[in-house]
Order: sequence, then C-alpha cells, then structure tokens
Amino acid sequence: MAYPYVSDREARVISKHFGDPMQRRVDTYVERGGYGALKKAFAVAPAEVIDVVKASGLRGRGGAGFPTGVKWSFMPKEPTRPHYLICNADESEPGTFKDRELMRWDPHQLIEGCLISAYAIRAKHVYIYCRGEFFETNQVLARAVEDAYAKGYVGMDILCSGNDIDVTVHQGAGAYICGEETGLMNSLEGRRGLPRLKPPFPAAVGAFGMPSTINNVETLSAVPHILSNGGEWYRQWGSEKSPGTKLFCVSGHVRRPGNYELPLGFPLSELIDDVCGGMREGRTLKAVIPGGSSVPIIDAAEARACKLDYEGCAAVGTMLGCASVIVMDDSADIVKQVRRMVDFYAHESCGQCTPCREGSAWTAQILRRIEDGHGTEEDLDTLMEITQQMVGTTICVLSDSVAAPVQSAIKKFRGDFLARMQQPAGVA
Amino acid sequence: MPDAPSGMVTLTIDGHEVAVPKGTTLLEAAKRVGKDVPHYCWHPGLSAPAQCRMCLVEVEGAPKPQPACVTTVMEGQVVKTESPQALSNREGVLEFYLVNHPLDCPICDMSGECLLQDYVHAEGRKHGRSHEPKRVFGRDDFGGDVLFYGDRCVMCTRCVRFMSEVERDDRLTVVERGNRSVIDTFFDEGLEGTHFHGNIVDICPVGALVSKEFLHKARAWDLSHEPSVCASCSQGCNVELHVRDNLVQRVKPRENIEVNAWWMCDYGRHDYEWMNEGDRIEAPLVRDAGGATRALGWKEALHALLERAGGVSNRSVRAVASARASNEDLGALAELVGALGGGETVFRSRRAADEIVLKGFPKLARRRDLAPNLQGAELLGMQRVGSDDATGGLEGVRDHDGIVVVLGDALDDQDASFGGKAGLFVYLGAHAGAAARSAHFVLPVTTHAEQEGTFTNHEGRVQRFWPALRAPGMARPAWLVLGALVAELTDGSVSRSASAAFARLSDAVFAFAGMSYDSLGSRGAVARVPAGASSGSSGAGA
Repeated sequence: MAYPYVSDREARVISKHFGDPMQRRVDTYVERGGYGALKKAFAVAPAEVIDVVKASGLRGRGGAGFPTGVKWSFMPKEPTRPHYLICNADESEPGTFKDRELMRWDPHQLIEGCLISAYAIRAKHVYIYCRGEFFETNQVLARAVEDAYAKGYVGMDILCSGNDIDVTVHQGAGAYICGEETGLMNSLEGRRGLPRLKPPFPAAVGAFGMPSTINNVETLSAVPHILSNGGEWYRQWGSEKSPGTKLFCVSGHVRRPGNYELPLGFPLSELIDDVCGGMREGRTLKAVIPGGSSVPIIDAAEARACKLDYEGCAAVGTMLGCASVIVMDDSADIVKQVRRMVDFYAHESCGQCTPCREGSAWTAQILRRIEDGHGTEEDLDTLMEITQQMVGTTICVLSDSVAAPVQSAIKKFRGDFLARMQQPAGVA
Repeated sequence: MPDAPSGMVTLTIDGHEVAVPKGTTLLEAAKRVGKDVPHYCWHPGLSAPAQCRMCLVEVEGAPKPQPACVTTVMEGQVVKTESPQALSNREGVLEFYLVNHPLDCPICDMSGECLLQDYVHAEGRKHGRSHEPKRVFGRDDFGGDVLFYGDRCVMCTRCVRFMSEVERDDRLTVVERGNRSVIDTFFDEGLEGTHFHGNIVDICPVGALVSKEFLHKARAWDLSHEPSVCASCSQGCNVELHVRDNLVQRVKPRENIEVNAWWMCDYGRHDYEWMNEGDRIEAPLVRDAGGATRALGWKEALHALLERAGGVSNRSVRAVASARASNEDLGALAELVGALGGGETVFRSRRAADEIVLKGFPKLARRRDLAPNLQGAELLGMQRVGSDDATGGLEGVRDHDGIVVVLGDALDDQDASFGGKAGLFVYLGAHAGAAARSAHFVLPVTTHAEQEGTFTNHEGRVQRFWPALRAPGMARPAWLVLGALVAELTDGSVSRSASAAFARLSDAVFAFAGMSYDSLGSRGAVARVPAGASSGSSGAGA
C-alpha cells in the first residue's frame, strides 16, 4: 500500500508515481525514461503524432470524451498565424480531484504531454491554465516548468531538434466557469470569464484570436505513454469505443475513497465493493453520481448495472463525465445534496444567458424551500419544467448541469422530496 | 423556384421562402418576411453576444434551438420562429426574467414602450410561478442624465457595449456574476463628461436606464412621436420630437444610417426647451408714428407693409437671415429681397470651439456650427458675418436707410436703435427682442418645430422635418408670409404648401435642382454643393 489507497485491480499508467515526491524532480523523471516520448515525437512529422494518438482511441478526459486525435486534426495544417495549446488545469467540478494529483505528483509527465501535443498541432506556446485555489499545485508546476527550461526540455531548440515551444503556467482566479474552454480563453486573455459563442470553434478562433486546441490535464498526461508504447498498446485496456485507462475520483460513503486508475469499462459495483472496500459499516448503497456533480444521479439498481465507460454510463441514463464517482449511502439526504449542488452552480453561473442566470438561482431557491419543509408537490413539477427550459438553450452547458441532477433526483428519489413536504429539515 | 442570384441564399422562414444575401442573420432574414423575432441583447448598431436567449428559433436539422441574431442563413434552411418549441423557449425565458424583475410598471418610465412588457403580454405565461422573494439591487446614479434601476435590468448589456463599442469610452461594466450580475460604473467615475450617453437610455429595452430629465414626466402612451431634424448643430440628426399637451417632452434619435444611425448627442437631445417657450409674438404688429404697436390681421398688416414699401425712397435691401430658418424660409426671403429691389443678405451663427465626434460612428459628430441650416443659407448666397458667438457683423445693416428685413435673428447683441434709420424695417421672428423696437412691422413666424420644411446639413444633405407643435396665435411659417409679399410685389402666384415652396426653390437654385419632397422622403438627399463651397459648417477640417 502506498498513496492514500491503491488496489491491485488498478492499471496504473499515468498515476504510477503518485505518492512518490522524487518524481517531481526533473532528474528523476528523466532517469525513469521521461522526455523519451518527446524525442520520439520530434523524430516524426506532426501528422504522424496525431495518427498515433488517433490509433490509441484516446478520448478527452475533461468530461465530453471527444477523440483527442480528431480534435488535433481540426487545427490548420499549415500555420499562417500562431497556434496555441492550452492545458485545461482548472479542475473545479465538484467531486473531481484527479488533475491536481497528476500535477502535484508528476508535473513533468504533463509538461512532456503538452510539448508533444503542441508539436502535433504546430503550436509554439503552451498555456497551462491552473485553477486558482491550487496554490501548492501551482508552485509545483511552476517549479517543474522552470526546471524543464533549465534542462532544455522547454524553450528554444528543445533537445537540439530545432523546435521552440514555450510553456506558461497561468494561475486562474477561482471561477468554475473558467473551466469551460472558451470562458478559460477569455480569462487567459484578461477578460471576464464568459463562455464564448460557438462557432467559431477554438480550432479556428481560440485564445488571442488564434487557432487553439484545449485539452484536459489527464488527456495530455496520457500522451507521452501512448507515444512511447504506440496506439495499439493503449488499447489493451478498455473497450473498442472507450480504450485506455482512466482515473476515477471516488468520494463519499465508501471505506477507501481516493484516486484509482482503472481500465475503462470497469464495473461500478466492483469499484465500490472491491477497489474502495465497500460501503461504510451497516450502510447500504443509495445513489451514485458517476461523473461529477453535473451528470444525472443514478440509484443503487442502476449503479449495479453500470459499466464505467462512456457507453456504459449512457446506457443507464447518465454520463461518465470526468469520472468523479460520488457514492451516497442510505444516510444521505438527497434533497440537501441536490440543493447543495444547485447552489454551487447558481453561484458559479457567469450570468450571460438568461435561462442559466435566472433559472439556476430560482431552482436553488425552490430547492431550499423544499429542504426547509415549505415545499409543495407542485414545486416538483415547476422544477422539472423550469430545468427543462435550461437544457440546450444557453451558450455553454453550465445550465444543463443544473438540470441534470435536479431532474434525475426528482425522477428517481421523488419519495425523498415528498417526505420533505410535510416536515421541516432535521425532524425525522 | 428560380435560381437565386449568386451571393444570395434562399431559405424558408415560417413557410415563406425568402432570398437574402449570404451572411445575413436569421433575425434579419425573418424581418424580410415580416417576422420580428423577439430579442433584447441584439441591436443593429452593436455587436451580438447572443446572451438574452430570446431569439432562439427552431432550425430543422439542428440539435438545439439556434439564436437567430448570430446564426447566418444557409441554403435550403427551414426556420421556424413560431413553432411550439420556439414559443415554449420564449415563454420560458420570459418567465425567468420575471423571477426578479419588479412589476413596478405603474411607476416605470419605460412602461408602454417596454420590450419586456410587450413580449410578456404577447407570449408570456398568464401567471407566474415564482413564490420566492425577489433579488433587490436598488438604484444608482450613473452620472450625466442617467439613472439606473438595477432591479429592472434584464442584463442585455446593450449599454455596456454602446459605451465600449460606439462611444469608445468604457464607463460601464458588468460586475459580479450569476443573478448577482449588475451593471455598474467604475469606482466614482460615472457617465459624467461623455457626450453620447443619452443613447443608452434609448437602447435599454426595459426601464433600467432612465433619463433624469424625463423622469416621471410623461407616460409613453400619451406622447405623439413627430419626425423632425435636430436643430442644434449642422449634423442634422434625424430625430423624433415626443410631444404631449403641445409641449416637446423629450427628443429621441430616428434611425438614418447616412446621418446619425441610431444615435444622437446629448447636447442635441437636451436642447428642446426653447421650442416650448411661451412669450411669443402672436399677431402681426404694426408700429404707428408715435412708436406704439397695434395688432392687425395678416391681410391688413401685409397691405400696410407693401404700402409703406412703396413709399421708401432708397429701395436697396439689407437683410439678416438665420441659419436656423428652413430652406423654404430662406428661399422666400431671397425672393423678397429681389422683388423689393435687391440687396444683400447676411446671417450670423454660433460656432463651438471643437467638434465632438462619436468615435464608433465617426460620421456623427456634434459639429462646430450650432445651427441646422448653415449650408442652406450659403447655397442661397447669404453671407456669414459676425463672430463665433453670433454677435456683431451687422454694421452695414443697423444704420441702413433703405429697407431692413430681419428673419429669425433675435438681435440680442443689438440695442434699440438698430434699424432706426431704415425707411422700412420688417422683423420676422418668434420672440420680440429689444432690437425689434424700431421695427415698423413685427411679424410672428413659426419655429421649425411648428412647421414643415427642410434643412441642408453640413454635407449638403437636404432633410425634411414635420410640424410637431401647434403654432401660437397667428404665427405662420416665414415662407408663407414672405411668399405672400413676393406674390403681391410680382403679381405672381403664392406657394400654398411647404412642398410647393420647396419646388419653387428647386426651380430657382441649382443646388436643389430636381429635388422634391417626394424624392427626399424621410431620409433626405444630398444637394449639388458646388466644389469649393466654403461650407463653414464642415468644421471637420478646421
């Protein structure tokens, strides 16, 4: 046992060195084979790097699961203007804590991934937009970038290959919405973190108006391994459509919550019972949110049937998201949990689009009233209807993230809500 | 279906096929088939953030409803602006607005012309479902003429974008986020010192930004909107005079992309009280030998005038005109000067030190010349005299012993001896000033707000204006009064309408040749200004 908890069911690729402070040092990283993939990448044409990543089937780990290689191929082939690679390290989804760990334990793995990806999309500058609250992580990352510059892995003429790639670590200021890719770009440019209208998409007009690609920390961290070992190697894990390994951030009422790197398609029930050591003593599973707080909640029966990949989650009416598994046992107060989540989204709504700005706050108000025992059954219908008005009607999907937990919780745990109608909170 | 010309795209909107240029937005294309898709944040003069989400329409094949304000047309697209989905979207968005919007319409200045009111009335739910307490922001003085009612704001950000994109002076911003978002000024710097901020009140779709000057002054539905042209400088902004009880209550810009687009300056906007002034000359006054004046009917007065004119030995004329008079008035004056025996006509006009240009629409500026028809006077051969504050320059007129005619110049800088030596001194004006004391005839004429006519702006654009107020007493347009005198003197016909007076002018003056009221329409047309015309009003180069 090391790193808070590990399990022999894990397939540790990107999390291999979690818990080992030596890995942060550039020398150790290089001794262990680091920056080898970068050399390999520089030896071939950018298009070939994209082909390897396409072959691996790597999908974006930030939540949407878009194939990474395909995303890269949207960038202009012959740059006429500067291209930018942006690493989205603004990890802020409630329940998620994988990117922070990747950055604080293995920063060079991310930097190497960034460099390879930048080379693939012909970018000469990488911005790592790191969440503002991650003070320690920011320091570790900044130090690692400094070391990499000193050793010639970043900067001018990297490894005498003639490639110039700069890396800038940008510390965010603590807004959830700046994790949305275009909100992030606005924030990076020094504007209000408001998501932009799409089209134009970032590959055409991104950061500073230039073609940009934005990838999640976990996605970029997997890139060096794929380059070293080949696309086929990565497919030994997971399924045809969802290949590879994924970090699962398990939190909630299990005995051993933590980060576990598992092959995609891993059964949720085994993750809870085996990897995480099962539910707390004397408690039974009530609900799971498998992908971070913005995906629909599932009940115990659905959880038992759920396989943890993009398709398996969709099959039970939810989403893999960023694989932040929040487990709730029978002591959980669903009404309170949902209200708590909606409060978060209402607080973090950027306020541009009317349905989100007004709808999220209104939804939170109604839920608070229900939680306090002053709700009516009619409120549930109102909630279902107004959250429906928030789906697909806004510039970004924050508004959809309010609707998902509310609608799924009311559908699956209506009894919990109705029980609240008669009695104020705290009176059992 | 016939092939659309190249560069055109054919699509179907609500069952109507329409061909529009490539790049047109769905919102603008829908206008072509008579559908005004409800919207708040979109404004033709500003960028489109597509954030109000009111204009979402259904596009066949698209997975989500599309914002009509930024979605451009595609060949063969089928768009539904009134499908159940589109209607349900709008109903939903309107309900969201009403969660926090106060229902203070009875005391809101915007009531009656409020887009939230209109849309909710047309397409909103009959009953709200919100039982929650509303969010309260209170009010804020934004400086200048603008008062902000935060609770009414629908966060369309038109005002922020106007200040940043058109006025190009970022004085407003959105602070906070989510439903705590609110428009605010920066620290203690408000709108004070900006020159076009009145426009943000116009473009605010609700009553969040209101004019302090107009606050609680009149209800929108009591105002009649009369098209006019701003008389405060030589730019000639197209405006509407909003009138109640025969008083101008406020001035709003009227769209004309060639002149002022949707905007006007604050100086012109607030320069209207003079149109409402009482203390007017209400009847033709004739001075008898003893110096006392007597009111007469028009017919008697004009007869007496012609009789006196017949007896004047020195028939040379010295006339003082005004750059605030219409082309028709000035044209009739020129004719009269000719009919009486000929002479010269001068005018004086105030000139400001600087131009104030609207940076985001530089065609529009508060011009240096603070009169609307300088160009018209010059095209008629009248000479500008006097200094930049419109004083002096009348030495050749004040002691003239022939005929003196003054039209519209109040002669405020002149004393009572002005025109004392004249054989005939005719004063046509709205107010009787001290210098008119020696006038033999004081004839009441209308202001531009009370008559129909045209002004020629700094670039030579001839623009029509229409009467907005009833003239006091017996005041008549100067072109009618002067035209009647000309008809008597020349045995000619008299123009019975402003349109006929203008036709006479276009026959007589090359610059206006070929123009008529019909051809000018509501947007005007550019006169043939001779190259090298001094056009003192085009202060741009000065």
